[in-house]
Order: sequence, then structure tokens, then C-alpha cells
Amino acid sequence: MSSPSRPASGAAETSQRPRGGGALYGSGLRTLSIATVAVMTLGLALVFFYAPLEAEQGFLQKIFYVHVPLAIVALGGFVIGGLLAIQHLRTRDPRWDMRSYVAIHMSLIFGVGALITGSIWAKGSWGHWWVWNEPTLVSFLIVFLLYATYQPLRFAIEDPERQARYASVFAITAGAFVPMNFIAVRLSTAYLHPRVLGGTSSLPGSMALTFMVCLAGIALLFATLCKYELTAKHTRAQVRALRRRLAGESATTQARRPRSAAPTLNPAATMSARAAGRPG
Amino acid sequence: MGAALIAELPALPLHTAGKYVAAAYVVLFALVLIYVSIMAVRMSRIERELAELLQDAESHADPAGPASAEDVRRPESTPA
Repeated sequence: MSSPSRPASGAAETSQRPRGGGALYGSGLRTLSIATVAVMTLGLALVFFYAPLEAEQGFLQKIFYVHVPLAIVALGGFVIGGLLAIQHLRTRDPRWDMRSYVAIHMSLIFGVGALITGSIWAKGSWGHWWVWNEPTLVSFLIVFLLYATYQPLRFAIEDPERQARYASVFAITAGAFVPMNFIAVRLSTAYLHPRVLGGTSSLPGSMALTFMVCLAGIALLFATLCKYELTAKHTRAQVRALRRRLAGESATTQARRPRSAAPTLNPAATMSARAAGRPG
Repeated sequence: MGAALIAELPALPLHTAGKYVAAAYVVLFALVLIYVSIMAVRMSRIERELAELLQDAESHADPAGPASAEDVRRPESTPA
């Protein structure tokens, strides 16, 4: 997975972890989870008991507080995935690839949420589940479908190092496409879709406050789930490494892994470094 | 106390757009719930693998046989 001239991912991880094997990804997860629950609860309370009813759409407009934050966080996650992929290509450290993968994976889930809630809003507001002549909807769908090819792309490449490299190139290219796509739509079309970014000043103060709290809640949920996923993947890698070690395999040789779309950290090197008592 | 508080809350217009709003929020919570359920399955798999590894480690350390599950759970140095 790692080139000979670069430190193995496991060794790199070990350098950032206490000798005793303290948690790396799991640290702060509880605080983050509590903050997420608190902010999301506050957001829901504000949506239903503080924010006024909108004049045109009435109660239906409450979907705005879940649909728009989901879409913004999903798109932001795609861009973050691209930035993490840049870091992966710069350092060749598989941990950045793992983070990029998790960010994109989670953004896809949030994207599904944005599409479904958007459809429900469209049905309630316009009487149709989907409107093809609405550029923002279609451009979001295009971005979503573009990223839907990310996992098949990874799965199609067996060599883990090549898989990580190609996936990073994809993440960077697609990540750059996200803002360009939406800027192009904004510049070239009439303002049919409700505008949020740059337009919150037109919202009444109570609505803007509620929206910001909801956005913070969804962003915190995104961060929590990413951290949760990273912790689980890291733990699984450690368990696999331990299994191999107990089975008597050489800890320094990379065991052949089954083909997978998910990146794998190099636990063998982690265990080797730890067994040798090296800090990194 | 609780009933009085609920009675004081403003009524939500659930008869018109309420079903759409409810559906949108249910989608969000369903997504989170499905994700957490998948993670719970993964965690239980990791827990099972760890239990197997503990048994393997015990059998490596003690050729006479693996220690009982109770021994593994409560080492002597750990207060009960």
C-alpha cells in the first residue's frame, strides 16, 4: 500500500498515538456527540416553537430548515473530501485517503437526505415530486450522481495504492466541479429556486437564527458520524492486525486483502512498530 | 405538569402541510437511525472478533487450554 520511500501508514499513526495505544480517532467523540444532540434539539425547538410561519408557504416552509442544511453540508462534505484528497496526494499518507473516503461517503448519505426532503417539499409546494426545469435541483442531482460513481471506481481498482491515488484524483476533480457547477447555474438562470447562501439577510432575524442553528446541528451531525466511521474503521484495522499477528504471519508483510471500495490502513506496520517499541 | 406544558404549546397545523413536514423530518431521523443500526452491527462483529482473539491469545499463552470466559473478563489485577 505504501511506497518504500514513504513511511507506512501504521508507523505514521503510531507516531501520533501514545505508546499504550490510546485512542486516536475516538478521542473527543463523546463531547462531539453531546454537542450534536444539544444543538439539533435546540434547532428542532426553534423550528417548531420559535420561527414564525412563512407568509406564502406557511407550515410547509419548515422543511427548509432540514432540506437546505442537508444540501449545504453534503456539498461542503464533497469539497472537504477533495481537500483531504489533495493532502493525500501531497503526503501519500493513506490516512488522508481514508478521511477523504469517509467525507465523501457521508456526503452521499446526506445527499440522499437532501434529495428526499427536497422531493417532499416539491410535492407539497409545487404538486410534483421532481421538477426537471429547475436548474438547482438538476445540478444537485448531477453532482450526486457524479459522486455515486466514486465507490464503484474504487471497487474497480484492486491495487490499494493505485485505488487511493485514482480516488484522490477523482475527489479533487469532482470537488472542484461542485462550486463551479453552482456558480454557473446561479449566473445563467433566473432565480426560481429559493436562495440561501448570501441571501439569509433577506430572512427575518428569527428565521435566520433558526436556520443557522439547524445548519450547525447538521454540520455537527456530519462531523460526529465521520468521526464515528473513522473510529470504527481504525478499530477494525487493529483487530485484523492482531488476528494476523496471532496467526503467526509476519507483521511487516502486507497481507492480501479482499477487494474492497473502502481504503484500508496498514495495520501490519502499526503492529510491527508497536511490537518493536518504536514511537514511530 | 407535562400535560399542562403541552397544552400551553402552540398548535401545529398538521392537517394541511403537516404530513409533508413530518415526512421530511422522519427521513432525517430514519437515515441517522439506519446508519447507527449498521454501525451497531459492525461494532458487534468487532466485539465478537475481539472475543475470539482473546481466546486465541489465551490458548497461545497457556497450552493447557483457553481460560474460561469469566477469567478473561475479570483478570486478577482488576477489582471486581
